[in-house]
Amino acid sequence: MPQPLNYLKETASQTAGPYVHIGLIPAMAGFDIFEKNFSNVLVTPNTKGERITLEGRVLDGTGTHLRDVLLEIWQANAAGRYNHPADRSSGALEEEFRGWGRAGSDFESGFVTFETIKPGAVADKAGRRCAPHINLWIVARGINIGLNTRLYFSDEEAANAADPVLNLIEQPVRRKTLIATRSERGGKVVYSFTINLQGPEETVFFDV
Amino acid sequence: MNAQAPALRDPRLNRPEPLAPPLGDGGFFQRDRSIHPPAHAPGYKSSVLRSPRQSLLSLEGSVSEITGPVFGENDLGPLDNDLIRNYAKDGDPVGERIIVHGRVLDETGRGVPNTLVEFWQANAGGRYRHKKDTYLAPIDPNFGGCGRALTDDTGYYYFRTVKPGPYPWRNYVNSWRPAHIHFSVFGSGFAQRLITQMYFEGDPLIPICPILTTIPDKDALDRLVAPLDLNASAPFDSLAYRFDIVLRGQRSTYFENRTAGN
Repeated sequence: MPQPLNYLKETASQTAGPYVHIGLIPAMAGFDIFEKNFSNVLVTPNTKGERITLEGRVLDGTGTHLRDVLLEIWQANAAGRYNHPADRSSGALEEEFRGWGRAGSDFESGFVTFETIKPGAVADKAGRRCAPHINLWIVARGINIGLNTRLYFSDEEAANAADPVLNLIEQPVRRKTLIATRSERGGKVVYSFTINLQGPEETVFFDV
Repeated sequence: MNAQAPALRDPRLNRPEPLAPPLGDGGFFQRDRSIHPPAHAPGYKSSVLRSPRQSLLSLEGSVSEITGPVFGENDLGPLDNDLIRNYAKDGDPVGERIIVHGRVLDETGRGVPNTLVEFWQANAGGRYRHKKDTYLAPIDPNFGGCGRALTDDTGYYYFRTVKPGPYPWRNYVNSWRPAHIHFSVFGSGFAQRLITQMYFEGDPLIPICPILTTIPDKDALDRLVAPLDLNASAPFDSLAYRFDIVLRGQRSTYFENRTAGN
């Protein structure tokens, strides 16, 4: 017998269940318990970059929107720098901009929104420039292990066409599932997205 | 399971300290999907329409995945890890008082320091303080059912609560959840993000739970069951259960792009 490696095993995932809101966004679930709450607003008045609203829905295999889903986003700042010590790139760090937010879907309409800024481009390990993107993580009742995907921006056509991750997707038609569509509404920039959990337009999910 | 192991060492592991290579930015160990529930698990009916059917696209960890949000004490309030007090209006909540404690580790056995652990649960009667929960067990006016803590430098966390009750749910006509506490854990990189549930040693509902049995690996299922930890209990006050959580290990960059501090 060779020596045992003795690595531990990752703890198994379990669904977040139907009541994830009371645990992770209690204020939105209608009760006031914490002094400080996490939210879907990532920006402060001092945050640099273009203000954007992300607005999306998550659809099940019948095309019905989920009304009990929770999303988290993780992103770089406008200079393309993540607020984390493992990002050793040269973009300017903004201490006030954590780059993370969470939101539950509206209990009726199913819409999920975030108020944030459009991130700058980051480089991958090989130094290739990646198109600006926001990392997305999805949990809900019926989702046994959190789903990872990304949002790219419809007005970054050239950068998207060269993006090393989008180009890993074999079928070009599936790349479109990750692109949020830019529009302007009441003077605000809105990027709309739809996450399809199943079906011919199933969103590309990643094993990160 | 050995509930009498020395404090702060995972009592279910009982093996030598594993090798812990230096921290690097080489990404995380590949996730072993065989120990996780599959997305499509028909016994848990809600998963049928909510499970992706295409293969996941495997990504080599880039800066987008090896980084993740950083939290600090400023994000928390003083009662956030005390569910007996953090929603009390005119007295203590009803139920068995318990302490839940353990460590957040990674697959190398290293503690994950300063990471956010969040938890939520039903009250002692099995009812959540959520507008969508209509189970006939009463709401407890003194119990909110959620809390959070930051791990210390060694990855240790603890909180106080009441033991949640089992409750019925709509899967089969007579499906009951074993008593459980939901956990959300971050780790240092977004790729380590994990939500799971902790169960209690000895609960007869565990082997017949349609959600718990989505886990295909018996050992992985057992690792979600917290043993009674009598040594950590407070005499004449609270029993204790111990729950260690293991997140994905972090690879090191042994020979390439070695930078200061690695």
